[in-house]
Amino acid sequence: MDIKGILKPLTAWKRAFQPPHTIEVPNKGKREAAERYRGFHYNDIDKCIGCGTCSAICENEAIKMVKVREPQKGDSGYRPRIDYGRCCWCALCVDVCPTGSLEMTNEYVWVRESADEFIFTPGVDIIGHEEKRDKGYKKDEKLNFLHLERVPMRELDGKERTKTFAEVVLGYLEEEARREAERCIGCGLCISGCPARMHIPDYIRAIAEGDDVKSLNIIYENNPMPEMCGKVCTRRCEFECSLGHLGDPVAIRWLKRYVVEQFDDLRKYVKAEPQPLNGKKIGIVGAGPAGLTAAYYLRLKGYETEIFEAAPKAGGMTFLGIPKYRFPIPSLDKQVELIESVGVKIHYNSPVTDKKFKEMLEEYDAIFIATGLPKGMSMRIEGENHPKVTYAIDFLRRVNLGEKIRLDGEDVVIVGGGNVAIDAVRVAKRLGANSFIAYRRRVVDMPADEEEIEATEHEGIPIYTQIIPLRVEDGPEGKVKLIYGKAKMVQEKPGERPRPVLIEGKEYEYVVDRIIVAIGQQPELSYLPEDIRNKIEMNRRLIKVNERQMTSIEKIFAGGDLTNWTADAISAIADGMRAVKGIEMYLNGEISWDKK
Amino acid sequence: MKKFSKKDREVKLFVGPQHPGVTGNMSFEITLEGDILTSVKTHVGYLHRAFEKLMERRLFIQNFPLVCRICVPESDTNEENYARALEELSGIEVPERAKWIRTLVLELSRLQMFMRWIGGIAGTMGLSTAPQWSVGDRDYILDLFEELTGGRIYHIYILPGGVRRDLPEGFEERVLKVMDYLEKKLPDYDDLIFENAVFKKRLKGIAKIDPSWVEEIGVTGPVARACGFPFDVRKEQPYEVYDKLDFEIITENGCDLYSMAMVRRREIDLSINLIRQIIEKMPKGDVWTPLPNVLYWKIPAGETYVKSEATRGEFGYYVVTDGSDKPRRVHVRGVSTPHAYTLLERLVPGMNISDFSVAIVGLQTCPPEIER
Repeated sequence: MDIKGILKPLTAWKRAFQPPHTIEVPNKGKREAAERYRGFHYNDIDKCIGCGTCSAICENEAIKMVKVREPQKGDSGYRPRIDYGRCCWCALCVDVCPTGSLEMTNEYVWVRESADEFIFTPGVDIIGHEEKRDKGYKKDEKLNFLHLERVPMRELDGKERTKTFAEVVLGYLEEEARREAERCIGCGLCISGCPARMHIPDYIRAIAEGDDVKSLNIIYENNPMPEMCGKVCTRRCEFECSLGHLGDPVAIRWLKRYVVEQFDDLRKYVKAEPQPLNGKKIGIVGAGPAGLTAAYYLRLKGYETEIFEAAPKAGGMTFLGIPKYRFPIPSLDKQVELIESVGVKIHYNSPVTDKKFKEMLEEYDAIFIATGLPKGMSMRIEGENHPKVTYAIDFLRRVNLGEKIRLDGEDVVIVGGGNVAIDAVRVAKRLGANSFIAYRRRVVDMPADEEEIEATEHEGIPIYTQIIPLRVEDGPEGKVKLIYGKAKMVQEKPGERPRPVLIEGKEYEYVVDRIIVAIGQQPELSYLPEDIRNKIEMNRRLIKVNERQMTSIEKIFAGGDLTNWTADAISAIADGMRAVKGIEMYLNGEISWDKK
Repeated sequence: MKKFSKKDREVKLFVGPQHPGVTGNMSFEITLEGDILTSVKTHVGYLHRAFEKLMERRLFIQNFPLVCRICVPESDTNEENYARALEELSGIEVPERAKWIRTLVLELSRLQMFMRWIGGIAGTMGLSTAPQWSVGDRDYILDLFEELTGGRIYHIYILPGGVRRDLPEGFEERVLKVMDYLEKKLPDYDDLIFENAVFKKRLKGIAKIDPSWVEEIGVTGPVARACGFPFDVRKEQPYEVYDKLDFEIITENGCDLYSMAMVRRREIDLSINLIRQIIEKMPKGDVWTPLPNVLYWKIPAGETYVKSEATRGEFGYYVVTDGSDKPRRVHVRGVSTPHAYTLLERLVPGMNISDFSVAIVGLQTCPPEIER
């Protein structure tokens, strides 16, 4: 008989008077869940960009992206709606969120009569869990599914590179490119930033998977100058990259550059099969990015395309304006070779005159003008006609056309703060000058690309700011004097860009050998016959076009810097693409000038 | 009096698919002669969720919320095994501290599973005080999990490359506090259950296992150790940091349900001991090695089998990859599969019907892991 075994369990009675484990709800209040508790979601919808990564990683398909606002650059306008009948509270969505907007509260109770209310959009449908947003599961800095650091780009040393026109950026090696491409989460928000709407996530994915040829062909779907874009694009896509919110955006531009650089002869790898000629002829004025794009894609669609170019080479500003240390000639030639290989005729050294233009109107079914902004803007100050004053655009053109210019030991001031000013100052430095920049606002206000501004720093080029040129005078020993005043920054309304206002009374001067003016460019339209020039509708100094790139004159389409205030190469390519569509629709009778 | 043939004397009865002592649904078709069982046939299919197949259609990372559901009460073993398999296949190194934290989580998980089992086995024999206690005490461990991982049951905490978060501040002390509490409480459990005359009477000599079956059927865990086989994956093939911990394999020689229960009782002490050792020896450092981009993570073709000691025995994952971003095949060795099928079918003939439910809980049957 196991007496002990019978009596021992009776000792449990001593526990009868102890308080229970459980909490009496609601008398004693609800138990607060732990700080990491994965409860109902909270979404900061202003921080959220609608990239859909949460939806992509959700293995239960509990997250559906629903439209809650109008899409804009870098924001799809969609927000995650969560079906809590499917959600398993794993919080992978929180850990993968590229902006950190999605969190979980520590709220675990949600009682409603209708089952439909178990599906809601956190942040949009206010349900009362919002005040607990700081208490639940949050993104952790250490554990991150995203790779926020960019693979660094190798560059020539700052001192070394000012001696030559060798390319500064060295490009990714294969392993670096694959690693960088691997970071992309494929949300596609970058496309909203790209004027040409390139298929960015697709070609980056192809790079990550090691298929460069596929990537190249995806790129060529809507950009016939990818190496140019890969080197000098203003990369607006990168500013919309979702990884840029918490880290570095994917180096989209460098990856494009990597792909195109892998192929010496693009003609062998790009699957460009032009359709047979359909008898329609398109005349194009100017072989810049816009003209080349229109010519290439129109030729692929079966139109006969001819380009008239004043310069000895195609490329427009990418040839004449952009310095060779950013975009060397072989890179340009390679792309033009491919464009010519599909049957685009380019007439070099053939500036169009008004007589020629009239003939063209007769000969061609449609005309696309893309002659850009070849003239520098004037400072409109006294003494600007001084022989020592040049315009940056003319200076760069002369250098790029191969003129032997040396500025050894000269002091050169560049007036302006845009990309052209930076190009001019860096070129002058390479030609031996002690060049510097004088800009009327602050460095943060400079319209030039951040990376370009940084490059001047590496190359030891000073930037002087808040300087307003007043007049130009003769200086001692054949030099020239730039008289200037200092400016103060005045912000008139909150949120407005501060304006430089001259501080009256005090004047200063630079005594230099040369003044280069880089404060903007304007178009040159003297080739248009007078009646057209008088009739054509303008938008300040640019030509006005509609969304199909149609001008106010029948048969004439226009694009590129000539119509586009953003004045960069990728916008010009986008214009070219739009013109292709417009011209096609016009020649098929789908649109016309009557019902424009 | 009319004589009945054997066939006429036999009665067929279904036990389950709902059974409170078993964590999940499974059905047993038992044949009775009087109140003595003559045979049993195990029927599964009430809980089939096709996890192994589902995993072939999901990204590697997306499978973590699935694997933890393969054995509901002990999710961490699944996470750890799957993560370790992926680490082996893709060559990812785990930081030292993460290994210690993983081991801590595994032992806490084992402990709460034992607490749950106490409730199960006591409940099946009508001792209803113990389940109240053990489920309540188990919740103190779940509180720790909630604090550490954000979830009470499904932790989704162990990922390839380490663990998802470092320990919160002061977590070690709170773990030790719970361990102190349990250690104080365990003698009461002994009085209430393990030394209870009813408990002994109901378990001793029941479901006597022939030690020769152990290797034949693939019996592992406390069931095998109750037959004197000193087999424990933690010692045989140490994973994570078990090789750095000081412990002995626990065995008994009764080969019956009572021995199994006593192995488990002693393992509760062992787990508490291991948790104390882990907290004492745990180094500082990182807990996470960054993974490749999880949305496109591809693992080179290969195959591996990883195993670990779950509460019920040897748990294993066989993972095959083909170089794509999803597993080609995942096979899970659920411990209960040999226990609740083959072993149970051999144990049953001659058993009294009232002992049957005690036997299935005594083998610690976990239907979710049978039906992956």
